[in-house]
Amino acid sequence: MNKLSITNLRVSIADQEIIRGLSLAVPKGEIHAIMGPNGSGKSTLAKVLTGHPDYKITAGEVLMDGENILALAPDERARKGLFLAFQYPSEIPGVTIANFLRAAVQARLPEGEELEATDYYAKLYEKMDLLEMDRSFTSRSVNEGFSGGEKKRNEILQLAMLQPKYAVLDETDSGLDIDALKVVAHGVNSLRGPNLGVILITHYQRLLDYIIPDHVHVMVQGRIVRSGGKELALELEEKGYESYETVKDEIGEPAMA
Amino acid sequence: MTNQTAVLDEVMELESPLAHSEPAILSGPPGARGAELPAWFRDQQRTAWATFESLPFPNRKDQPWRFSSVDALDLSRYVPGPRLNETERTKILDHSIALDAVAGRLIFADEQLLRRDPLPEPLLKRGVLLMPLERALLEHEDLFRRHFMAQPATLGSAKFAALHQAWVTSGTFVYVPRGVEVELPIEIFHWLHGENAAVFPHILLIADELSKVTVIEHFRSAHRERAGFACGVNDLVVGQGAKVNYICAQNWNDKVLSIQMNATTVSREASGLSLNVHLGGAYSRFESLSRLTGEGARSDLLAVAVTDGTQEFDARTLQDHISPHTTSDLLYKNALTDRARNTFGGLIRVEPHAHFTDAYQTVRNLLLSDDAEANSMPGLEILADNVKCSHGATSGQINEEEMFYLLARGIPLPVAKQLLVSGFLNEVVDRLDHPAITDLVHGLIEDKFQHRPRE
Ligand SMILES: Nc1ncnc2c1ncn2[C@@H]1O[C@H](COP(=O)(O)OP(=O)(O)O)[C@@H](O)[C@H]1O
Ligand SMILES: [Mg+2]
Repeated sequence: MNKLSITNLRVSIADQEIIRGLSLAVPKGEIHAIMGPNGSGKSTLAKVLTGHPDYKITAGEVLMDGENILALAPDERARKGLFLAFQYPSEIPGVTIANFLRAAVQARLPEGEELEATDYYAKLYEKMDLLEMDRSFTSRSVNEGFSGGEKKRNEILQLAMLQPKYAVLDETDSGLDIDALKVVAHGVNSLRGPNLGVILITHYQRLLDYIIPDHVHVMVQGRIVRSGGKELALELEEKGYESYETVKDEIGEPAMA
Repeated sequence: MTNQTAVLDEVMELESPLAHSEPAILSGPPGARGAELPAWFRDQQRTAWATFESLPFPNRKDQPWRFSSVDALDLSRYVPGPRLNETERTKILDHSIALDAVAGRLIFADEQLLRRDPLPEPLLKRGVLLMPLERALLEHEDLFRRHFMAQPATLGSAKFAALHQAWVTSGTFVYVPRGVEVELPIEIFHWLHGENAAVFPHILLIADELSKVTVIEHFRSAHRERAGFACGVNDLVVGQGAKVNYICAQNWNDKVLSIQMNATTVSREASGLSLNVHLGGAYSRFESLSRLTGEGARSDLLAVAVTDGTQEFDARTLQDHISPHTTSDLLYKNALTDRARNTFGGLIRVEPHAHFTDAYQTVRNLLLSDDAEANSMPGLEILADNVKCSHGATSGQINEEEMFYLLARGIPLPVAKQLLVSGFLNEVVDRLDHPAITDLVHGLIEDKFQHRPRE
């Protein structure tokens, strides 16, 4: 029950199948890394989980703590505790981070209950300090004119503020220099615990030096082709994905984790 | 749309007023009411009335009225508002504070001056004037005659400008002497109250050399359902090196017919900024003429409109560069829902000697429903050399990826929509460097959303 479980998921866009029978279970409290070459469908998986309207789910199910979430609207999934740190976060002109996050936090309160502004700002500033973000960020428009690193930090700030049950972090390491990477990893590690399950999507092994995963999965061509412990990441770093890519067309049946 | 500013509905249920029997405005300008006015002014009014009568009603075939719902301009039902009783006055006055800190405040309802919060002593000592128009034309006749409606209305509403001049008896006169900076804004309220009442709001603002002043005018309805007609004129005169901010917060109820004509003259090294917020009205037209008459003059023409239901907002503008080295920057943003309509017709004119002009005109329409309609007619007329000009009008919908980003954070659809629309409009509102007024405008826009039935 206490897991995010994906079973035999198939997803298409414009008649092209991108997720081709993917299964994965992430129990609360664990961090699962998904690694794979560009174009293997990692971001597609992340967006499908959060309910992006562009994708067509043709088969499979996704249960969050036993509840089928594919039937829910994106905002409902989020309020029930699912979070996505986007690979390419949108810029929202004219909407400040403070107002944006306030709306997100307010949306999680019971009907009729008003957010207490002092508490909200206290929490916001605490999380910003954790991520070494300047307070002036709160009055800037969401992601507008942010550097790649600032955008990623902002994603983790939201993760910290919204305290989901399950979080999908899509290439949160890309675009970060080593110092920023450490800060972001520190932020994620501080949230780590029995109440949070994480899918950590990454292209490089580097991030996994700082956020140690419980499991590593290799995704190629819309499927999980291999699963293992954290040492699998090192192997991939050494050998690359080529060995998987050559076999990909031979895989008739989806590889089951 | 319901209107948040409707403050008198409950009162009127208690004491429904007797129908009053003022003759309609179309039967001619006031006789008795204008009795205390000087003869020269009454002559002007009579001439204006003759002009009004001689000019034809607008026709859609005329370029300045292209796309306009000219049928909305039937004036036959409008009458001068009745005198307000004590309860009504009190109730309206209770709702006539928008900014906490102001330099002075005038409150009008149906052309009647309900209250005047005078300027503080130091400003009075330095010669700053804030008074009803009627007094200014007696006490400051020279200034008044030099600037009052000195610019002809050339953007289509000459007929309504004449009507305004024939009827205007109340309004605001502001004069800021050389070198005086009025830090806090001056706040003015114009309320529509009586059934089918007609009002003719006017502001004549003269900022002398190197002075600085900010004025905000609120246009509100005391009742949610009462029709009314507002026909207003702003004369803004920005002297050399002076800086004037003018904010119009138009929040009539959605039964009101509103026409407002603005003429701003910006002198050498001076800056005039106007921010027009259009939220109310059934049909609301706004004509804005900005004349840059001295080198180094700068004019910012800003507007946001949020329309829904069958509301129509109709804007016509002219950025007239008369001197070299002048700058004008127009940014209009409109968010339209339901079957709302929006028209923009604008011209940048760079006159023959106005070399080295920078002039910009940007109109953005955000269409929030399939039935909303926006028509934009930007224009350029360049008669000088070395000119930097750009103009463009675009219409678009909410960006789906931005929307998904908000939804993915658990923000419900209507709230997400509101955030995105406010964000879209904020680019304009935030250009005003005045946090208290910016907050106020954000609040007004938010109220408009709050009082929309959620789809
Ligand atoms: N919106 C889309 N429209 C068309 N093709 C898409 C879309 N999103 C993803 N794809 C395609 O799906 C495949 C997987 O993309 P993606 O999920 O972004 O991979 P990854 O994140 O692993 O790099 C790619 O071939 C990509 O071109
Ligand atoms: Mg990706």
